[in-house]
Amino acid sequence: MKVWVWADVTPDGPAPSALELLTKARDLGDDVAAVALGPGAKDAAAALGEHGASTVFASDDEVFVNHLAQPATAALAGLVEEHSPDLILFPSSYEARDVAGRLQIRTGSTLMANATDVLDAEHARTEILGGTKIVDVELRGPSPKLVLVRPQSFVAEPSGGTADVVEVLADVPDELKTAERVERHEEEASGPRLESAKVVVSGGRGLGGPEAFEQLDKLAAAIGNAAVGASRAAVDAGWVPYSYQIGQTGKTVKPEVYLCAGISGALQHLVGMKGAKRIVAITKDPDAPILKIADLGVVGDLFKVVPALTEEIEKRRTGS
Amino acid sequence: MNVVVLTKWVPEPEGTPKIGDDGFLVREGDGALDPGDEYGLEAALQLVETAGDGEVTLISMGPEVAHAALQRGLAMGAHKGVRITDDGLRGADALVTAKVLTAAIERQEFDLVIGGVESTDGYTGTVPAAIAELLGVPSLTFARGFHVSDGTITIERQTAAGYDTVTSPLPAVVTVTSGATEPRYPSLKGVMAAKSKPVETLTVSDLGLSAEDVTATQTVTSVSDAPPKQGGEVVEFDDSTSARIADLLAEAKVI
Repeated sequence: MKVWVWADVTPDGPAPSALELLTKARDLGDDVAAVALGPGAKDAAAALGEHGASTVFASDDEVFVNHLAQPATAALAGLVEEHSPDLILFPSSYEARDVAGRLQIRTGSTLMANATDVLDAEHARTEILGGTKIVDVELRGPSPKLVLVRPQSFVAEPSGGTADVVEVLADVPDELKTAERVERHEEEASGPRLESAKVVVSGGRGLGGPEAFEQLDKLAAAIGNAAVGASRAAVDAGWVPYSYQIGQTGKTVKPEVYLCAGISGALQHLVGMKGAKRIVAITKDPDAPILKIADLGVVGDLFKVVPALTEEIEKRRTGS
Repeated sequence: MNVVVLTKWVPEPEGTPKIGDDGFLVREGDGALDPGDEYGLEAALQLVETAGDGEVTLISMGPEVAHAALQRGLAMGAHKGVRITDDGLRGADALVTAKVLTAAIERQEFDLVIGGVESTDGYTGTVPAAIAELLGVPSLTFARGFHVSDGTITIERQTAAGYDTVTSPLPAVVTVTSGATEPRYPSLKGVMAAKSKPVETLTVSDLGLSAEDVTATQTVTSVSDAPPKQGGEVVEFDDSTSARIADLLAEAKVI
């Protein structure tokens, strides 16, 4: 079976999702390839090969990142027509969702989103209602089947292989280049990345405003190797940037400890953090759903609990 | 400036969704306009108001109860609605949904099609891009800010690290994030006026689509309960709480 992986790449390297999906693709098929389009693609080929791609269809051309999804869709559709893969795994990133949604129209094939596991080219699995129900889905119709997989559904493991790099031509017609990215703005949070931090400290509606996030920053600093996140309610309110958001529409985190304050535990949030090894929830609402999944739930005023905890950790650190 | 807004009726957004014996989400009873669609509708209303002419048209695919979603949108200020209701659409997947909505959009004059980033019940998030591909226009997804001038739309497109400024000629498909706008609350006058605004009801064949066109290519084969996560202990905050949490952090070897 031919299994392809859509690999998000940047000049800094392949996205973790690409390596996770290739690791899974190795289990599913005997002929695994990755498609990587945009600056950094060819440099990423070694890592992609090491994780199971025997071929990497690659182009470093900026046309694939400067005009949204249309050029990449056209190139991918051309490759699909030439090589007839049975299954393509996509990450749940902004670009991949758009490319998959468009490719589906070109190929007439089925597309499943939010998969948490893939069993074979016709069967995939998802979790709904905040992970309380497991849904098995059968995929039919023309190949390739297209499956968008949730982040961190698989653990990336190298297999030690190498990949042949096949150049993808960047001769994109002008009519697919009418949309244009004219500027990029980075507003990255300081400290460790949310996805790789050992501890995530996050806040929600209960914080009441942006100032309260300073309390969480102090707690995260006291813990060390901790990142600060937020629920959608806090992001929608404009208290912190979207890059903080954890949940269905934000990031998925699986830290050693997830410590949240003022978050009730909406299904949309649980999806993004229920994989944490330990969950500590601080809330003033004794009926908050988050308490049902917390290893330790604290019912109380977060403006008392968080500073007290910060002080306790600092005290232990200095040994006084 | 004519804007089509994709509107979805979803089961009561604050309630606990129910799954029927057939594995489908139960789509009856209480429900509402998807809260995620209100940001896009607000964007559409602002764009048409700024342009000073044109109409906002709501298009919704769903059962008869979906009428409530259209009424809400009309009460907020949309000019007219189109509802596609057909038993053949039960269990429609993303591809079918995109085909049906596109066929309905093509019957309208439009400069922009606006939708939410993803629905609150299905979370698929690929339908707007699929519609754009069918229409042969750019798809500007994840807009957290937007403006239109001289036939060009400029958006702030949310990215993992911040945002990109993206421009596109019209027509285009745009998806709007929650928080991009502050949806207005329908006035009593708006609610009254909504009752007399035109709503066209269409079937699949009215759209020139065949039963084959709207056959889903994915089926739920089973729904089962995930193994419940064992809840732990819940305590009231007191003088010993900080030490308890710190002990847990120490056990996890993170402090």
